[in-house]
Amino acid sequence: MTLKIVVLAKQVPDTRNVGPDAMTPEGTVNRSALPAIFNPEDLNALEQALRLKDQFPGTTVTVITMGPGRAAEVIREAMYRGADGGYLLTDRAFAGADTLATSYALATAIKHVCPDVDLIIGGRQAIDGDTAQVGPQVAEKLGLNQITYVEEIKSLTPTLSKGEGDKTDCSPLLGRGRGRLVVKRHIDGGVETVESPLPCVLTVNGSAAPCRPRNVKRVMKFKRCLAPMELPQGTGFGDLPYASEYEKKPYLKLGQLTCADVNADLQQCGLAGSPTKVKNVENIVFKAKESKVLTGSDEDVNGLVQELLASHTIG
Amino acid sequence: MANYYNDIKEIQFELNNSPLMPRIVELKERAFADKDQYDEAPQDFADAMDTYDKVLDIVGDITANVIAPNAETVDAEGPHHENGRVRYASKTYENLEAMTQAGMNGMTMPRRYGGLNLPVTVYTAANEIVSTGDAGFENIWSLQDCIETLYCFGNEEQRQKYIPRVCKGETMSMDLTEPDAGSDLQSVMLKATFDEENNCWRLNGAKRFITNGDSDIHLVLARSEAGTRDGRGLSMFIYDKRDGGVDVRRIENKLGIHGSPTCELVYKNAKCELCGDRKMGLIKYVMSLMNGARLGIAAQSVGLSQAAYNEAIAYARDRKQFGKAIIEFPAVAEMISNIKARLDAGRALLYQTARYVDIYKALEDIARDRKLEPEERAELKQYSRLADAFTPLAKGMNSEYANQNGYDCIQVHGGSGFMLEYACQRIYRDARITSIYEGTTQLQTVAAIRYVTNGFYSQVIESLTPALSEGEGDNPFSPFKGELERICRMAEKFNACTAAVKGAENQELLDLCARHLYEMAADVIMCLLLLQNASKAPELFGKSLQVYVNLAEAEVEKHASLVGRMNAEQLENYRQQ
Repeated sequence: MTLKIVVLAKQVPDTRNVGPDAMTPEGTVNRSALPAIFNPEDLNALEQALRLKDQFPGTTVTVITMGPGRAAEVIREAMYRGADGGYLLTDRAFAGADTLATSYALATAIKHVCPDVDLIIGGRQAIDGDTAQVGPQVAEKLGLNQITYVEEIKSLTPTLSKGEGDKTDCSPLLGRGRGRLVVKRHIDGGVETVESPLPCVLTVNGSAAPCRPRNVKRVMKFKRCLAPMELPQGTGFGDLPYASEYEKKPYLKLGQLTCADVNADLQQCGLAGSPTKVKNVENIVFKAKESKVLTGSDEDVNGLVQELLASHTIG
Repeated sequence: MANYYNDIKEIQFELNNSPLMPRIVELKERAFADKDQYDEAPQDFADAMDTYDKVLDIVGDITANVIAPNAETVDAEGPHHENGRVRYASKTYENLEAMTQAGMNGMTMPRRYGGLNLPVTVYTAANEIVSTGDAGFENIWSLQDCIETLYCFGNEEQRQKYIPRVCKGETMSMDLTEPDAGSDLQSVMLKATFDEENNCWRLNGAKRFITNGDSDIHLVLARSEAGTRDGRGLSMFIYDKRDGGVDVRRIENKLGIHGSPTCELVYKNAKCELCGDRKMGLIKYVMSLMNGARLGIAAQSVGLSQAAYNEAIAYARDRKQFGKAIIEFPAVAEMISNIKARLDAGRALLYQTARYVDIYKALEDIARDRKLEPEERAELKQYSRLADAFTPLAKGMNSEYANQNGYDCIQVHGGSGFMLEYACQRIYRDARITSIYEGTTQLQTVAAIRYVTNGFYSQVIESLTPALSEGEGDNPFSPFKGELERICRMAEKFNACTAAVKGAENQELLDLCARHLYEMAADVIMCLLLLQNASKAPELFGKSLQVYVNLAEAEVEKHASLVGRMNAEQLENYRQQ
């Protein structure tokens, strides 16, 4: 039994260590002042995928990320930790996407590169937008079950071979059912255990197991991996240092997908496909609320009791 | 995110700025022959250096984000003794798992056995970094370097059987010490007998103070020659835990390095394999094992000194008294400056030693496959001698510095440092063992003293002393002309003291003065190594050089004064009944 898993990951500005220059005067994120990192909860998601790969040898873990050339770093980082490969979804037409356009692009890409996917796993939310909308929207667009706030995959019971699956498990879009999984999800005040047929979409909570470290041999093997978008304009892999390596080792060239590659509808991509409009941005400064200092004197205590009675807080 | 490698520029400097490094990589990678066979092998020198940097980046990341945060609970919980086995503190498993997932095992082993083929210098840096996070955990993890001895002296079958297992994360131990054989390993009595019926060796007896004694693969020193009583009757054996027969009788309750289980072991007819030749156990193999282990303790000590520095400076910046941060008081700042100076000087000595070890070990390894050229043989001899002379200096001095730095770190914390809430008390307790195990400082002196009396240290000092005569303006040493002159005067004092003690021709007097002469040699050598660093990176090492020269000068003066007072009549005053 092997699985095909897609991990959705995003490169984000590290908003956890914000300095005074983190925001532009216009109120947008000053990306140059913040280091670009692997979105933390996407690392939790990757770990869940890699655990399944440990459990079911031969499973492939493919990372899909949308962003500019430098976002390919996320794919390399995932490969250092155990992912098999990935695709950089990159196109000017994708720029300015809100969550709706992003999930459209991701769902379209998944259908294109991994139509027989068993499991799609992403982080709960990205630390730059904090919306938690992309995972659920991808599930909707693919017509799949979704389980959010996942903390742990308790079990995954595969169906032995294609066609043996329960017919009702079949996804209308992706057309295969290959088993069931049981997950523990984080909810207010506790946990909930949920079961779903495959394929499905999981979004993983930050309280799930942290991602394993980079493996040194994988780092050595994959450190020169590049997406075409990362090459200096007008150059090819043949112009790079160690050019012959790219000939000998095809895995050093990362997958890259444009709008046209995945037959995406331009009207649903990028700015054009984004109904979200930012009306304005306000700076919020937290201030102490109005306060009153009371001594322990009878007079003060009496005053407080009268006040609370008057406001019907007590009595 | 914190990273115990990237955050410490001095380690990066030590790796990248030695003229010996290209030679080390050339020898270790053998003209990059592995690159067509192994995807992870480097293509050239720059690629190899980039790889080393990435390896240490991962070690620094795991140390900062897994090992260091676990250190306090590991220290508090300690290992457990259950049914003759060891169960580590729970977080120790987390640390081990992270290091294994990262592939940080069998780091110096050749790729054909699953290793990373890293130079000892890079492995030493990893050791130092891990120790900064948790010196007790570093013990368990770094015992992987016992595999070096198995690789050097075991047969091919043993190599293929054991090395890949260590590369996958199995742990090791070296079973040497016994209740009546501590520093004096010639007295080891654990019995090894040949079992004719099953055609294998059997071990019977007990060992004590065995670090990580419930490991997967043990190297055991045992008496194979019945009736003998000295080192020539001892052989080295490999015990595989999968075969069974060795139980843990108890785990010691220690002052420090709580995470590292120190075990008493009982061997009940335990099946084992002979490693190398009979009777060579102590004379050859344990000496090799110990030299590697001593370099490891030197690295552990430097890591602890770095931890002491980190804790001291963070507290002194934060803590306010009399209306300002205490770091602004000269009395406090001096302690921190001294910690930093000893740290930088000791680290320079550590990496110089590691580089010497690398060159001779890589040449030795080449010699296993082909005959060395005459100039290679000369190089092997030179670096082997340098490594042998530097290892006891690096181990002895850095372990004493770690103790001093741990002490000063607590002092900077004042009363809070005496409470168990701060990390400084753990650093102080963990440091205490470094000047004891793998040979006390007194035994490091014994190992080093022949290089004092035969003039080898003096030759080294001379060769490390830069000439200031030419190109006054362009000479990178000219900003430190004053320090250089002072170092030269220290060297003269060392030579004069050595000559005086030798002239007396009294062995007991030499033994009494040995520690002083040893320290004088070490002080001068560290001054010179730090001077080399400061000439290349004054912004990083300039201050430390000047502070260290001040300290070393006073130390050398002290030792010279003491040695000057020692004579045959004084011996009586130093005899205790």
